[in-house]
Amino acid sequence: MSLLLALIGRDLRLSLRHGADTMAVLLFFFLAGLLFPLAIGPNPETLGRLAPGIVWVCALLAALLPLDRLFGADFEDGTLDQLLLSGLPAAAIALAKTAAHWLTTGLPLLLAAGPLAVMLRISPNGLPVLLACLVPGTLALSLLGTAGAAIVLGARRGGVLLPLLVLPLAVPVLIFATSASSAAALGLPVRPHFLLLLAILAFLTPLAPLAAGAALRAAAE
Amino acid sequence: MPESAARTDEAAAPARLRANLLQARDLAAFRGERLVFEGISFQLAPGGALLLMGPNGAGKSTLLRLLAGLLAPGAGTLLWGGVPALVDRAAWAEQIVYLGHQDAVKMALSVEENLRFFARHADRPISAALGALDLARLAALPARFLSAGQRRRLALARLLLSAAPLWLLDEPTNGLDGAAIERLGAMLAAHRDKGGMVIAATHLPLPLAGAAELALR
Repeated sequence: MSLLLALIGRDLRLSLRHGADTMAVLLFFFLAGLLFPLAIGPNPETLGRLAPGIVWVCALLAALLPLDRLFGADFEDGTLDQLLLSGLPAAAIALAKTAAHWLTTGLPLLLAAGPLAVMLRISPNGLPVLLACLVPGTLALSLLGTAGAAIVLGARRGGVLLPLLVLPLAVPVLIFATSASSAAALGLPVRPHFLLLLAILAFLTPLAPLAAGAALRAAAE
Repeated sequence: MPESAARTDEAAAPARLRANLLQARDLAAFRGERLVFEGISFQLAPGGALLLMGPNGAGKSTLLRLLAGLLAPGAGTLLWGGVPALVDRAAWAEQIVYLGHQDAVKMALSVEENLRFFARHADRPISAALGALDLARLAALPARFLSAGQRRRLALARLLLSAAPLWLLDEPTNGLDGAAIERLGAMLAAHRDKGGMVIAATHLPLPLAGAAELALR
């Protein structure tokens, strides 16, 4: 357990040293979100209705950006071999990487989503629902992303392959998260959608690290 | 009293490593569809050393990765004290330190921070490992300012942080100068004195007295 925390700490320290990477993700998120008012017009009613969907799609795309370096750097400089021989199970290494990805990408996106949604004129009762859904949603994206990144590790043009693998798998997250926002806008109960989102998270939490761990072992061979 | 006798024995040699007889039987390895080697058998006792010799592409690195448990053997078994070693890879990882071709050094971290994750034994502090490899005055320097030889020495410092009896070294002298090779020689001798074992792949003469040789073709 302490080894797992040490690995997360090491990854966080590394991403602090490469702070520009997290900033790039946030800037991409904002820029992509701000393209929509330019493309579909500044009508507050239209924008407000589309705001949750825009925030979600932008967050999904932004979360993909750091994935190909998640294991790629460790794979190239030999660190992955050392991690696999550190006594941690491969699934625990994947879990540590998931935690580091969420803390350096998911959490900043969560904090930036509020301001972006307000800029897009989201309805006042839609904002809490959007943010509440982003918590399990970004966690699920980190889990899926880690598994995807481990699977394409060592493949030629893995960076291109990665979105093709992760985006379809992220569709259920997107559907339930945005339907929660639609339900809130119509005054319907949000709870079922939110619980389904939590169910996806509960499903992925054990499975994604196991799959990623097996993929890491295969990549190291 | 047998109990107290055992205790005094432990106190007499606290640094003794818990090494075991290592036996490889008919190991074979595949890289994709290609057979890299087959029929590799050897035996290594505590305190022993084995040099892997052979031309480029003979499978020296592959054999080391197989012994480390990173690569599953295509055939054959590896026994540690008579027990199959590669079945529980997490337990096997406790018995070995692997130094690969690559140094596994993070450029953005300082020399000392690079080792922190691997320092798990209170009696094997980072400062001592850095001192043994003449890196102590570089401890706070980011690793990207190190030369290739200094990076190799930083990778070698990981060996001293581990209490594992079996060292697997892939071209350990890569980029090292004469003085550093002497330091490595002293490290290897001290490790073997404590009952540790060394398996090294190399092209250059390595300061390993009385090492057995295993030729790969």
